[in-house]
Amino acid sequence: MRWVRVLLRRVAGIVPSGRRELEMRAEIESHLVMHIDDNVRAGMDAREARRQAILKLGGVEMTKQAYREQSTLPFLETLMQDLRFAARQLRRSPGFAVTAVAMLALGMAASVAIFAFVDAALIQPLPYRQPTQLVDVTETIAMMGRANLSYMDYVDWKRDNKVFSSFAAYTGTGALLPTDKGSEVVTGMRVTDGFFRTLGVVPVVGRDFYAGEDQPGAAKSVILSYPAWQRRYAGSRDVIGKTVELSGVPMTIVGVLPESFQFIRRNNAEFWEVLQQSKGCEDRRSCHNLIGVARVKDGVTVAAAQAEMETIADRLEGQYPDSNRGQKASVIPLSEAFIGDMRPILLTLLGGAGLLLLIACVNVSSLLLVRSESRRREIAVRGALGASRGRLSRQFITEALLLVGAGSVIGLVAALGAMKLLLHLLSKDMLVRMPYLNGLGANLHVMLFAGGVALMAAVVFSVTPMLRLAGVNVREGLAEGSRGSAGVLWRRLGSHLVVVELAIAVVLLVGAGLLAKSFYKLLNVEMGFVPDHLATISVAMPDLQYADGVKQTALMKRVVDEVSAQPGVKAAGTTSVLPLSGNGNTDWIRFVGRPYDGKHIEVNEREVSPGFFAALGTRLLRGRHFNDADDVSKPKVVMVNEAFAKKYYPGEDPIGKVFGGTGLDPKTLRTIVGVVEDVREASLDTETWATEYEPFAQSPDSYFSLVVRTSQDETGMMPSIVAAIHRIDPALGTADEATMGARINDSETAYLHRSSAWLVGGFAVLALVLSVVGLYGVIAYSVSQRTREIGVRMALGAQRGSVYGLILREAGWLAGWGIVAGLGCAVGAAMLMRSLLFGTAAWDVGTLGSVATVLGVSAMVASYLPARRAAMVNPVEALRAE
Amino acid sequence: MGAKDRADVWQGTLALMVLKTIEAMGSLHGYGIARRIEQTSGDVLELNYGTLYPALLKLEQEGAIAAEWGVSENNRKAKFYSLTRAGRKQLAREAKNWEQTTAILARFLAPDEAV
Repeated sequence: MRWVRVLLRRVAGIVPSGRRELEMRAEIESHLVMHIDDNVRAGMDAREARRQAILKLGGVEMTKQAYREQSTLPFLETLMQDLRFAARQLRRSPGFAVTAVAMLALGMAASVAIFAFVDAALIQPLPYRQPTQLVDVTETIAMMGRANLSYMDYVDWKRDNKVFSSFAAYTGTGALLPTDKGSEVVTGMRVTDGFFRTLGVVPVVGRDFYAGEDQPGAAKSVILSYPAWQRRYAGSRDVIGKTVELSGVPMTIVGVLPESFQFIRRNNAEFWEVLQQSKGCEDRRSCHNLIGVARVKDGVTVAAAQAEMETIADRLEGQYPDSNRGQKASVIPLSEAFIGDMRPILLTLLGGAGLLLLIACVNVSSLLLVRSESRRREIAVRGALGASRGRLSRQFITEALLLVGAGSVIGLVAALGAMKLLLHLLSKDMLVRMPYLNGLGANLHVMLFAGGVALMAAVVFSVTPMLRLAGVNVREGLAEGSRGSAGVLWRRLGSHLVVVELAIAVVLLVGAGLLAKSFYKLLNVEMGFVPDHLATISVAMPDLQYADGVKQTALMKRVVDEVSAQPGVKAAGTTSVLPLSGNGNTDWIRFVGRPYDGKHIEVNEREVSPGFFAALGTRLLRGRHFNDADDVSKPKVVMVNEAFAKKYYPGEDPIGKVFGGTGLDPKTLRTIVGVVEDVREASLDTETWATEYEPFAQSPDSYFSLVVRTSQDETGMMPSIVAAIHRIDPALGTADEATMGARINDSETAYLHRSSAWLVGGFAVLALVLSVVGLYGVIAYSVSQRTREIGVRMALGAQRGSVYGLILREAGWLAGWGIVAGLGCAVGAAMLMRSLLFGTAAWDVGTLGSVATVLGVSAMVASYLPARRAAMVNPVEALRAE
Repeated sequence: MGAKDRADVWQGTLALMVLKTIEAMGSLHGYGIARRIEQTSGDVLELNYGTLYPALLKLEQEGAIAAEWGVSENNRKAKFYSLTRAGRKQLAREAKNWEQTTAILARFLAPDEAV
């Protein structure tokens, strides 16, 4: 431990202290005086006595130096000297220092902030026990790939597999919760009893579901989310054992989930009820409403699990051909299922930020090259005075460290600010869907990444001026105005760096252009309805009071009538699934009078009110709309969308044609009465499938979504619409009030496209500025180096125009190469991110052309200024100058 | 000066000599320590007095000795060094080590008489 004490005191000794120096001198002086006294006493004369004393000491200065070296750490001492010298150097050229630090901070801030998002989403493990063992298990169908799992298949899969240590299933649900203010629609989740055990989540209060609790006949129990416990039950522990009525069904509260619990698929679910096989969907093998989550056994790979589930699915397909034809299995890592769709956009953004960082580094490097050029003499002088090559290199490294240190600190602070800002820009709904962003911040990964970037920058910035050092010849460097190998090095390396910069700028600009174009196309995609002045709201009826279809239909009609009667409302209609909710909620059909091979014909199925399409503003292409006469007492009718008509009745008139369920049971047969244009049912960037619309009255439900066409601002209308619904029956639940415009803007697709377009656009603008500044610097420097040459040319009769030409040609070559190389790389980069493009090709000529033009013009403007200076050169002065 | 007969102070041993000297003499200044070491060695050691000061500083940094300004016997201002408790322990420990080392070496170097 003694050496630690010594080290600390020596480190402390680095701070220069006048007192310590004085004390040392006094001690040595006192030593000499005492020695001289003794010598005089021994008979020497005063001069000899002093000489002998100093001789015996071994030299006063030598002693002092040895003493000083012991009192501090010589290495650190010189480092401090270097730092002070470097700081002085940078202060002497504040323009250079500020530019370099700012560029570095910019690159650092962008890349670190984006990396933090990448880390939170893609690198941090899911917050469950041994998350790499968790897999997402679903069925697949040819039409949409991964689809839901049916309850009966789940039961067979769970029983027959030997690869999972546990296997649970879940599905989202909503329920009506009686509160003081009437019924409230709450979100919930139905999960099998092993769900939380599979994830490795343990309730903080109460207990988990016990095995067998999901069997029919067991008492129904529910576990609360932490926020629900806090908000609805004030965090009271007495809540365990209490009964809560969800949609009229009494359930016992048995536990509370931890505060940290998150489940991306339905993160805002408040009530996690045990999933017991329900009547209706879950007793039919053909009805798919679940998603599976499983933990593979130790040593079992995802691929092995996939193979096993496929085998089981194949066997079930053979056993139940009616329901399981074409139903395969899919097992993928849970992390992939949860955030796989975020990967392309995040990696694109990280790539963009990385390119920006690269431009910044290249720019700083070329600044350093220029600077080392102008410091040739300084270096030569220091070399001549005896500085070793190592010592000179260390000076450069110190300067680089100082630059990088300052840039990194500023960049890191800016990155933290940028993270906050980006989080702020996310809507609340988005944050619910991205719970992993809660942990966003300067964690270990982010700091390591920042450290790595800083280290890389420090290496590059130390090596760059050292390249110059290699070419320095002391005699040559000292010679006045000499032109050595250094100039050549600059023109070979420095000017080519700017080509790299320009190329990167092209890549970023093209990327931003393509993303912006995709976003524009996305917002202007054919919707099949008029999205403005359209309010949407979900309505749920208590199942007990509205048990049969006649009551449900009557209520639906009453709601539509009452809401339509509100001032400011033009029309209203209902649907079972709002547009833009996604493809799905499908039905298997079979056409009358056509051969059927048992292969499932799967179409979207929606139940709508007679006025639904009129309220949406969707055009009727053929036939008629539904009307109030299409009720249970009449034969079934159906409307289809254009995609349906084109796919199943190409070149035919579908009106009057009949189709039904796979068994062609007479009860299911329905006649097509109308064809409407394609309403965008799926997300903005997904084509709508063939869709059938049935009249609500012929296929009623206790739940529907209302669409309301208003003549005034739809946001302001919302409260009066809700009030009108509650006036009919306070027990009705309403939820998801939103305008269609907001649904479009806040949709995940729009959000992802918008944010990527804006962020990459921001990077591209910065890249454009940095690279053009870089080009300006290169040309300006080149002009300053060639002043004498230009003077000679002009003295020999060159016109100003040809001088312009000389400089602009040089700039043109560099810019041209940069743009051409950049366009090539840009197409490659765009191919990599084509999953983010919508309606735009990676080689979109318009975008490529505009980018080339913008960059070309900017480059010419940037080089015009130095060219003008070159043309203004006075030949006499230029020749006299050296 | 017959320099060849005199030994240069072997680096590591200087600290031990300093500690032992201060222990024997009590609080003492650098010059006094230097002279004392030379005398004790019977003037065999050729000590460059200057090397003493970094050694003293190191011992002070280690906490083995403490320094204080005082007045010498001849009324000169001087810095006096005294042993701390840690210094006493260090001296005891290193002295023991040294004795062991020399005892071992002695056995190696005097084989004839040892038989």
